[in-house]
Amino acid sequence: MQWTDYISPLMQGAWVTVQLTVFSTILGAVLAFVFGIGKLSSNWAFRAISVAYIEVFRGTSLLVQLFWLYFALPLAGTAMGIDLRLPPVLAGVLALGLNIGAYGAEVVRGAIAAVHQDQHEAARALNFSARQTLWGIVIPQAIPEMMPSFGNLAVQNLKDTALVSLISLGDLTFRAEQIRNFTQDSTTIYSMLLVMYFGMALVLTAIMRGLERYATRWRTARS
Amino acid sequence: MSDPIIKFDKVVKRFGDLTVLDALDFEVMRGEKVSIIGPSGSGKSTVLRILMTLEGIDGGLVTVGGEPLWHEPGPDGLRPASEAHLRKMRAQLGMVFQQFNLFPHMTVLRNITEAPVKVLGLSKADAKLRAEELLERVGLADQAQKYPHQLSGGQQQRVGIARALAMRPSILLFDEPTSALDPELVGEVLNVIGQLAEEHDLTMLLVTHEMRFAREISDRVCFFDQGQIREEGTPEELFSDPNEDRTREFLKAVLD
Ligand SMILES: Nc1ncnc2c1ncn2[C@@H]1O[C@H](COP(=O)(O)OP(=O)(O)O)[C@@H](O)[C@H]1O
Ligand SMILES: [Mg+2]
Repeated sequence: MQWTDYISPLMQGAWVTVQLTVFSTILGAVLAFVFGIGKLSSNWAFRAISVAYIEVFRGTSLLVQLFWLYFALPLAGTAMGIDLRLPPVLAGVLALGLNIGAYGAEVVRGAIAAVHQDQHEAARALNFSARQTLWGIVIPQAIPEMMPSFGNLAVQNLKDTALVSLISLGDLTFRAEQIRNFTQDSTTIYSMLLVMYFGMALVLTAIMRGLERYATRWRTARS
Repeated sequence: MSDPIIKFDKVVKRFGDLTVLDALDFEVMRGEKVSIIGPSGSGKSTVLRILMTLEGIDGGLVTVGGEPLWHEPGPDGLRPASEAHLRKMRAQLGMVFQQFNLFPHMTVLRNITEAPVKVLGLSKADAKLRAEELLERVGLADQAQKYPHQLSGGQQQRVGIARALAMRPSILLFDEPTSALDPELVGEVLNVIGQLAEEHDLTMLLVTHEMRFAREISDRVCFFDQGQIREEGTPEELFSDPNEDRTREFLKAVLD
C-alpha cells in the first residue's frame, strides 16, 4: 500500500472530526453565553448553577467527562430504570461542548463585566430595560473582546476531538490508528495526521478571524 | 406660582462614611433654566445622578412632577420605589454626560433611534424622522451613518444631546457637558445648549464651569459647597454681587 491509499479512509475520519468540531463548538458557544451570563445574574439559583457547571467542567479532565457520559451514565440509568445509553457521536459532541462551554463561560463573563459602567448608565438614562441593555448595549460591545479567546478555544476543541477515538468513534485519529495497526506504516500515517490536523486548524482559525472581523466592524469603520 | 417640577426635601446622600448631600433642599420650577456651579466634590453630579435614578438616596424625599421619585405609595405610607415606578418616572428626564457615553457599536443614527424604537415603541420610520430632525438641529445632518469614534468630541456631545432629546424629556440634565472637550470645540456644544435654553417648556439643569455661558442662559444660578446650596440667585446677583465669602473665593478662583 502507498500513502495515497490512506487518503480516502483518512478523509472519512476527517469529516467526522469536522462534524464533531462544528457541533461541539456551537453547543459550547451556546453554553458559554447561558452560563457566562448566568454567573452575573441577580438570580442566585441561576448564578449557583452557573458557577457549579463552570467549576465542575473546568475542574475535571475531558477524558473523564467523556468516559463518564459514555460508560458511567448508561449504568446509572440502568440503576434508575431508564435508558441513558448515548450514541458515540452524541456522547462526543456533548462531552466536548460541555467542556469547551465551561471555559467559554468564563470568557463571556469576563467580557461582559469589562464593559464600562458608563454604558450601563447611558442605557438606564434612556430607560432601556435590563434585558434590552444586556442584549442591545452590553453584549454587542463584549463580543469583540471574546473573539480572540473564542478562536483559541475552537482550535483547542478541534485538537481535543482526537480523544473521542477512545470511545470507538471513527474520527481522524481513530482511522489513522486502524490503518497503522494494519500496515505498521507509522511514519507516513502520523505525518499525514499531523498535516491534516494542522490544515483543519488553519481553516478554523481563518473562519474565527472572519467572525472576529465581522463582530468588530464598527470599530474599524473609516470615514 | 405653579408647583416646582423638581423638589429635593432634606435629601441625604452618603457614600460609606462620606455624607455628600446633607439635608439638601432644592427646587426647580417648570421651564426654569438652572445652572449649578461649585468646587469639585461638592455634590453637583450627585444631584443630577439622583434625578436620573443612577444613585439612590439615604434620607429625605425627591419629587419630580409632584410625584416621589425614589418612593412610591404603599399600604402604610411611602416605600422604596420599584423598578417599574423608576421606569415610569425616568421617562420625564434625560441626561447629557461629561464623557458623552455614546454607544460605540451603533451609528450616530442608531444611537438616536434605538431608545425611541425599543423603549417608546416608535416605528423605525418615525424614529428615523425624529432623529434626522434632531441631527439637523444640532448641525450633524451629514454624519448620520458614521460611528462615534469617527467624530470629534464636540460632534459626539451634540449627538449625545440629540439622543437625549429624542426621548422628549421635560427635564434635561447636563453634567459638565463641555469639560471633556478641547477648548476649540466647546463653543459648538454651548451653541446647541444655548438654543435649547430658548425653549419655554424645557426644564434645564446644567452643571458647568463655563461661568460666562451660565450667566447668559440661566434664570438662576446655584453655588454648591459641601453638599449644600451655599448661595443662589439670578446670574446678576450671584456673579456681580455675591453675599458669601465662599462664593466670592470660588468665583475669583475660576474667573482668573
Ligand atoms: N460612587 C461613589 N462612591 C464613593 N464616593 C463617591 C461616589 N460618587 C461620588 N463620590 C464622592 O462624592 C462626592 C461628591 O461627588 P460629585 O457629586 O461627583 O461631586 P461634583 O460633581 O460636585 O464634583 C465626592 O467627594 C466624590 O468623591
Ligand atoms: Mg461632577
